[in-house]
Amino acid sequence: MVEIELDGKKVQVAAGSMVMHAAEQAGSYIPHFCYHKKLSIAANCRMCLVEVEKAPKPMPACATPVTQGMIVRTKSDKAIKAQQSVMEFLLINHPLDCPICDQGGECQLQDLAVGYGKSSSRYEEEKRVVFAKEVGPLISMQEMSRCIQCTRCVRFGQEIAGRMELGMVNRGEHSEITTFLNGTVDSELSGNMIDICPVGALTSKPFRYNARTWELSRRKSVSPHDSTGANLIVQVKNHQVLRVVPLENDDVNECWIADRDRFSYEALNSDARLTTPMLKQGGQWKAVDWNTALDYVAKALKGIVGQQGPAAVGALASATSTNEELFLLGELVRGLGSDNIDHRLRHADFRQEAGAVRWLGTPIANLSKVDRALVVGSFLRKDHPLFAQRLRQAARHGAQILRIGSAGDDWLMPIAASVATAPSLWATALIEVAAAVATAKGVTAPLAVTPGAQAQAIADALLSGQNTAVLLGNAAAAHPQAAELLAVANWIATQCGASVGYFGEAGNSVGAQLVKAQPQQGGLDAGAMLAQPRKAVLLFNTEPLLDSADAAQAAKALAAADLVVSFSPFSANVEQAHVMLPIAPFTETGGSFVNAEGRLQSFHGVVRPLGETRPGWKVLRVLGNLLGLPGFAQESVEEVRAQAIGSADGIAARLSNATRVSPQGGVAQVELQRVADVAIYGSDSIVRRAPSLQQTADGRAVQVALPASLWGRLGLAEGDSVNVTQGGETVKLPAVLDAGLAEGTVRIPTGVAATAKLGALFGAVNVVRA
Amino acid sequence: MARNIAVDLSAFQATGLETCFHDRHINPQIYAGLNGRNWRLADYEARGGYQALRKILGKDGGEGMTPDQVIAEVKASGLRGRGGAGFPTGLKWSFMPRALPVQKYLVCNSDEGEPGTCKDRDILRYNPHIVIEGMIIAAYAMGISVGYNYIHGEIFEIYQRFEEALEEARAAGYLGNNILGSSHSFQLHAHHGFGAYICGEETALIESIEGKKGQPRFKPPFPASFGVYGKPTTINNTETFGAVPWIIRNGGPAYLECGKPNNGGTKIFSMVGDVERPGNYEIPMGTSFAQLLELAGGVKGGKKLKAVIPGGSSSPVLPAHVIMDCTMDYDSIAKAGSMLGSGAVIVMDETRCMVKSLLRLSYFYAHESCGQCTPCREGTGWLYKMVERIEHGQGRADDLALLDNVAENIMGRTICALGDAAAMPVRGMLKHFRDEFVHHIEHKTCMVPAYI
Repeated sequence: MVEIELDGKKVQVAAGSMVMHAAEQAGSYIPHFCYHKKLSIAANCRMCLVEVEKAPKPMPACATPVTQGMIVRTKSDKAIKAQQSVMEFLLINHPLDCPICDQGGECQLQDLAVGYGKSSSRYEEEKRVVFAKEVGPLISMQEMSRCIQCTRCVRFGQEIAGRMELGMVNRGEHSEITTFLNGTVDSELSGNMIDICPVGALTSKPFRYNARTWELSRRKSVSPHDSTGANLIVQVKNHQVLRVVPLENDDVNECWIADRDRFSYEALNSDARLTTPMLKQGGQWKAVDWNTALDYVAKALKGIVGQQGPAAVGALASATSTNEELFLLGELVRGLGSDNIDHRLRHADFRQEAGAVRWLGTPIANLSKVDRALVVGSFLRKDHPLFAQRLRQAARHGAQILRIGSAGDDWLMPIAASVATAPSLWATALIEVAAAVATAKGVTAPLAVTPGAQAQAIADALLSGQNTAVLLGNAAAAHPQAAELLAVANWIATQCGASVGYFGEAGNSVGAQLVKAQPQQGGLDAGAMLAQPRKAVLLFNTEPLLDSADAAQAAKALAAADLVVSFSPFSANVEQAHVMLPIAPFTETGGSFVNAEGRLQSFHGVVRPLGETRPGWKVLRVLGNLLGLPGFAQESVEEVRAQAIGSADGIAARLSNATRVSPQGGVAQVELQRVADVAIYGSDSIVRRAPSLQQTADGRAVQVALPASLWGRLGLAEGDSVNVTQGGETVKLPAVLDAGLAEGTVRIPTGVAATAKLGALFGAVNVVRA
Repeated sequence: MARNIAVDLSAFQATGLETCFHDRHINPQIYAGLNGRNWRLADYEARGGYQALRKILGKDGGEGMTPDQVIAEVKASGLRGRGGAGFPTGLKWSFMPRALPVQKYLVCNSDEGEPGTCKDRDILRYNPHIVIEGMIIAAYAMGISVGYNYIHGEIFEIYQRFEEALEEARAAGYLGNNILGSSHSFQLHAHHGFGAYICGEETALIESIEGKKGQPRFKPPFPASFGVYGKPTTINNTETFGAVPWIIRNGGPAYLECGKPNNGGTKIFSMVGDVERPGNYEIPMGTSFAQLLELAGGVKGGKKLKAVIPGGSSSPVLPAHVIMDCTMDYDSIAKAGSMLGSGAVIVMDETRCMVKSLLRLSYFYAHESCGQCTPCREGTGWLYKMVERIEHGQGRADDLALLDNVAENIMGRTICALGDAAAMPVRGMLKHFRDEFVHHIEHKTCMVPAYI
């Protein structure tokens, strides 16, 4: 520790800290633009110049290391004069368009200009003009004359997003921020650049000119789209969500959110919303009132239970639903005498220890601190943009990231060792790592195999770590051999002193397990419900054709049902459903999610439900009453939560990734195996309907990726298409060469309409040139 | 068409006759004995080249010198950095953490971009081995195994020549592993820039070597601890390295005696502007300006001397009566209120309009500002636009106070010295030639007759 004197106060700070850190600690504000606590120091704006005793010139607080006994004055004449002169320079070429600028009212430059600027300018020359840039559907760069060249967006790209998509070209006054050769900004974290831009140069395209910042009410919420549970500030006006920005929480999302969290709200204001209950009569949809709809559902359910028995009823739910909804859905199904409920629609292997709630295995914050991480079966960047960001930070500080998977997709971080193989051989790759670990530790390997070079490298790295994590991705969770993968991962983790866990698929994947949204007493799991079609199916926030492990099978199963009820904020499952009930999305209802690390986060509705939409938990409660079931008398969402979860303190004890399955290698490989990644903007019902996200490079690119050998064998050229046959259906899709993809695999995304007819996510597939 | 351009360009190729082979140097060390053809290794060895290297390595029959002895010798010589700042070279070398077991780098700054300066170009073109030898000695003194010579892009043929000289030195065993059979190994590479003035700033130069956009880094950390690729690095000017072999051969005190106390050795001045015989002049430190002007044939056309910018475009201008009393060394020029800088002496006669001269300088700095930090990016453009207005008869009464204040606000608040370099000429001009600016503003016209 070093002691310095700052504005007359003694401050103790860690050696190597900057004056800026000391000021933050002392609660003394030093004006700044380019400095950002999560980014590297640039010291280019010069706004934070302060007086340091014995230094002849004012020093930038952000880049001046503290020394013992240093005396700093942040508000002396010398400091203030320097800051004022910098402010004048910043303003001379800055347009005076605050009245029409989206940033007006929340602009760092505007705020500081009040404190450090003059009321009129001494600059009477021509102002600089910087031409607009077109960088995609999310970020507007229409008014680049406002840019003050702080390079925060550039450093964000380099350091946080992992790819330098924006850079500063030209010199001096002609410096401007732009993309490389007029490309677009395609990062899945790009929206954060809007937040960190201290002026109105980078603004949100979907939000542009919709409201002034002071007209917006700010309300806390939690993102449902991935298992991070990113904390949000939802900004609303006239009962409409107009903007979503991060709520800082260093343990969860830091000060970032993914574009999916930020721009999905557009779907909530779109025409895709279902605003009134609908019944299908004679093949035609008719709007009805809630009483009619719920009476119809209750009678139909009673009839089916009466005629076919309770096991004819099944419920499929998305883990983007709240704990309260999933709990009541389970109560409803079980109240009818069935145990057929599941949220694991994309899974193919449902072996799980009773009562064991699978989770990340380590705190989220620890992902930034690990020194070794083995990631198995994950499309990390697209599935978990913020976890990827954390691992990227770990890698920047020297962590070795290791991976086992099929695809060579770029995680934008150095990968120390990697096995790319067909999914059917992932377990084999893990077994090889285990064998290498066993040799090094002198213990008996689960299976005596000779490890390949990469498996050996992975084992060596894992054994040399101090803070090691084995992390199973969404593809490992959805894998037909998921339990074996977990078993080997557990074996390796035990030997290496590592944590083991699942990244988790949706915002409430852990919560869904906690509130028992899966079979408890021998009921059918999601796979069984589709394989053995039920007569009555309740679809809660899910579209099985897009969300299932086998879309073709799901379509057949729903077609065989007499009653399909779609609970969704959207007109979803229009073909398959008989009843559509408009339930509130996360912004219109109270509820809670439990994120990957087991953190219970509750939230309130931030706007009132649209049209006739009602909160899902209330709909279920009324339905329970109509069915005459006990346990549906809750008055508030908090009451439901208390019944569903109990105390938040009890969660930790229920988390466990243990398995009794014994470690096994892979099964025989099919000739050509599908590797299905969940399209980042096809992951759930909300993001699928968010127009701007769909227009991004990720949203537009539905294509089949082929490894080099297959590409050559089919004689494909850039721009060609292929016919993909699976589950008895053939679809034509554009083809793309992916040199990093494992031999014997084809990567075909799921979650998008174009592939919604195909079969199993990791099934055999046939591909021919179209 | 293409051929015509080649022909036209060849007309501008310097032969060195005017700039360097005029025999009007005083006791030259670096330029001694050059004729434009004798730049090769054999010629250099014939002039006593690589004897200093043999001496420190003990390959001349002597007992050799330890790295500490080499640094002590350089300290004793009073050699100060010839790139402009005049930092004592021996002291800089002693900052290198020699024992640190990491890769360390030695860099030669041949990005000679200061307007008016052309001394390093002639050294590299006509005596490249003196720089190579100086660098090998410096590397030995600081325990460095890899070096770069960063040569600015406008003199590509000199980069090519330097590469040729490097090949000669490697073939002769002066560069590479176990130099002359000793335990000293040193790899030296030439690296050419692309013409950005800012890349002459040492940390921007380092960024450029690393393949990035040339923008200065903030300091601390200094290159001595965080330089090329984040490793300890020492950077010196071409002329500084060129002075080292003589110091080693003749001893530090002898070098100091060439000049005056605290200002050892000879210095090369690029005499440019309104002189009869522009060119490079190597003279002992402390020689009077009057004598230097005489060497250069006096003011062109016998006109009256008006002002001199003594150390490259970024040093404040000095009026004739001040500079005529100066001797050419760091201390004397600093005392007069300017800087010796890189040694480009820009001489201006009575027909020069100071407003127009400043306009040219301000344009240069606005053009070359890297745009990284606010005061320089915004301020240099502001200065230029104001001076342009004044020059074109659109000046206002309060412009001069504003001009001075803007320059003051740039100074000392930027990441690198370019901000100061842009501000100092403005303040120097306003200090010494304010009446010309006032005249421009009041009469919308120039005091001096229009240029011919």
